[in-house]
Amino acid sequence: MAFDYDKWIRPGKLPHIWCPGCGHGIVMKGLIRAIDTLKLEKENTAIVSGIGCASRLPGYMDCCTLHTAHGRAAAFATGVKMAKPEMNVILVGGDGDGTAIGGNHFIHACRRNIDMTYIIMNNYIYGMTGGQFSPATPTGHKASTTPYGNPDPNFDIAKLAIGAGATFVARGTAFHANQIDKLIAEAIQHKGFSVVEILDDCPTTYGRRNKYKSVIEMMNRLKEVAVPVKAAEKMTAEQLQGKVLTGVLYKEEKPHYTEEYAKVIERAQAAK
Amino acid sequence: MEKKLPKIEIIEKYCKGCHICVEFCPTKVLEMQGFVAGVKNLEACIKCMQCELRCPDFAIKVITD
Amino acid sequence: MSKKVAFLQGNEAAAQGALYAGCNFFGGYPITPSTEVAEVMSIELPKVGGKFIQMEDEIGAMAAILGAALAGSKVMTSTSGPGLSLKQELIGYGCIAEIPCVIYNVMRGGPSTGMPTGPSQSDVMCAKWGTHGDHPAICLTPASVQETYEEVIRAFNLSEKYRTPVMVMPDEIVAHMRERIVFPEPGEIEVTPRKAPTVPPEQYKPYDTSFGDVPPLAAFGSGGYKFHVTGLNKMQDGFPTTKAEIVQAEEERQVRKVDANVDDIVQFEEYLLADAEVAVVAYGSTSRSARYAVNAAREQGIKAGMFRIKTFWPFPDKQIKALAARVKGFVVPEMNLGMCALEIERNAQGKAPILGIFRVDGEPINPDQILEKIKEVK
Repeated sequence: MAFDYDKWIRPGKLPHIWCPGCGHGIVMKGLIRAIDTLKLEKENTAIVSGIGCASRLPGYMDCCTLHTAHGRAAAFATGVKMAKPEMNVILVGGDGDGTAIGGNHFIHACRRNIDMTYIIMNNYIYGMTGGQFSPATPTGHKASTTPYGNPDPNFDIAKLAIGAGATFVARGTAFHANQIDKLIAEAIQHKGFSVVEILDDCPTTYGRRNKYKSVIEMMNRLKEVAVPVKAAEKMTAEQLQGKVLTGVLYKEEKPHYTEEYAKVIERAQAAK
Repeated sequence: MEKKLPKIEIIEKYCKGCHICVEFCPTKVLEMQGFVAGVKNLEACIKCMQCELRCPDFAIKVITD
Repeated sequence: MSKKVAFLQGNEAAAQGALYAGCNFFGGYPITPSTEVAEVMSIELPKVGGKFIQMEDEIGAMAAILGAALAGSKVMTSTSGPGLSLKQELIGYGCIAEIPCVIYNVMRGGPSTGMPTGPSQSDVMCAKWGTHGDHPAICLTPASVQETYEEVIRAFNLSEKYRTPVMVMPDEIVAHMRERIVFPEPGEIEVTPRKAPTVPPEQYKPYDTSFGDVPPLAAFGSGGYKFHVTGLNKMQDGFPTTKAEIVQAEEERQVRKVDANVDDIVQFEEYLLADAEVAVVAYGSTSRSARYAVNAAREQGIKAGMFRIKTFWPFPDKQIKALAARVKGFVVPEMNLGMCALEIERNAQGKAPILGIFRVDGEPINPDQILEKIKEVK
């Protein structure tokens, strides 16, 4: 049966602003299926973003939505979650927003292990401003500000999250649509800071500069590079060359921040 | 027994013509009809839902029962 | 019953004032000379079930309080010069999204790292012009420990009443000196609650001007209200717009919240001004030297008085204009290179000369310096 996305979307807000073939809509659908499966309450769910194409997502969602400033989603969301620990707090955004200007807030949200889920749509580029390179743009690739090829090494966002202390880290792709909702649902259910990186496509500002002839070519690339973690276990280093692992990459049970702060309150009140 | 066909609804005002549904349909049910996607061969539909899942624009509904 | 009395530092008083006002969320970042506020809040907030968080940077602290405010908390952050510069981005967000919050900024020498332990009054322009774009600005400049306590409460009240960020800016001397403070009884000072929505969730719009220039603000996660908040120019329902007439009207309304209520917001003290020929205009710790100088001048037969600014923004334009029409001159001592003097010049419109004493060397302005200037007014 067709999935009823409409019940989660604010009336009259579609069509969305994303370009033809942009995968952000696919990710948004995955998010909707995930929160629908988990039966989250709209009024008890905050969706928080920064600035950029992906950060426009909250505006479509019929929840408590907060479109903050560039890079600041994690810090705003930390305030929301601390004030109302019982709320489900979900962050969405792009690679530039989350790992460049918002990099500090991102790693510290990971470190605190605050119980929120961060969905990073990694399309390797700053789309909204017209295609400048981001910390996720692969070395050598072209962007409007790397006309001779990108000299910068790029972040592996999932590794960054694991290194910084996130206790659930997963990766999917916009091509593997069926997996997105499952990864996000598992991330939301995880107690602690969870990161879901979705490899995405930006045909308008990244694809055309990097010799992708069509959206389909970009989608096919996502299909080809993705290797599920289970399958990767049976592959050689040579076979894994140029591949990207998908699925749940890391999971650890650890005390999360609002639960730890509740203990601070207990200790303070006992000492009073 | 006659095969029960789904209804594939395409919301034309949402469709941005990205071709994703057409290209990745395993049984080639869909085609581009001008700037938007349309149904070419409903008989071939195996209700795999891939077109609905992958449509970035919330423009396809595969209605089965 | 006698009231509770204590010997407190300005920063400690600020934290106590915030607690009196019902602050239940504090986001901070260590910075001299304001860190004591965060330290006291980290001790006291959890005792009353409130939340304290030390964020990764100044911007994060500002973001966290805005997020918490949208989830229904009464919030404050504290900082000093370099931190204030960093927070400006999100102070603007607070203005456009109309989020009540208090920013307590201790003025130290600047620009940049400047003189972290030296007093200054050079952030007053930053309070109004620091963030980009047209926006409302309220800034209070207390002159004593007692007043810091009370002005922090007033800052919370104004931020709720007008749904906008409010700054409290003591200079480093006021923030770090210790004085006797008399605590008010609970209920003695009025605490303004947030204007809650009166319509059911399905009819609620976060910027619904049918309720006046200050629309009620619901909280995320309470009462079933769900709404959208953005830093983009927005419509009454909170969603972005670029429609010229809506953007113009909304921008004007945001600024009007303060501009149309100047008399409600502006507070000042007039000291021996009734017959004064020389008006010393001062604020913060400088006003304490000015009071001494005015007394000394009176002893010498000079008709001097003091206009003490308590609310720096909105600036007391009306009062300064009236003074300019009747005094021979202004003396303006301040620990910067003439920021308040510029505002007085704007209001005096050439009707009275302005003699400034501007120090940026980290030393306080002493009464003798002010007295000498008073004597120079002809």
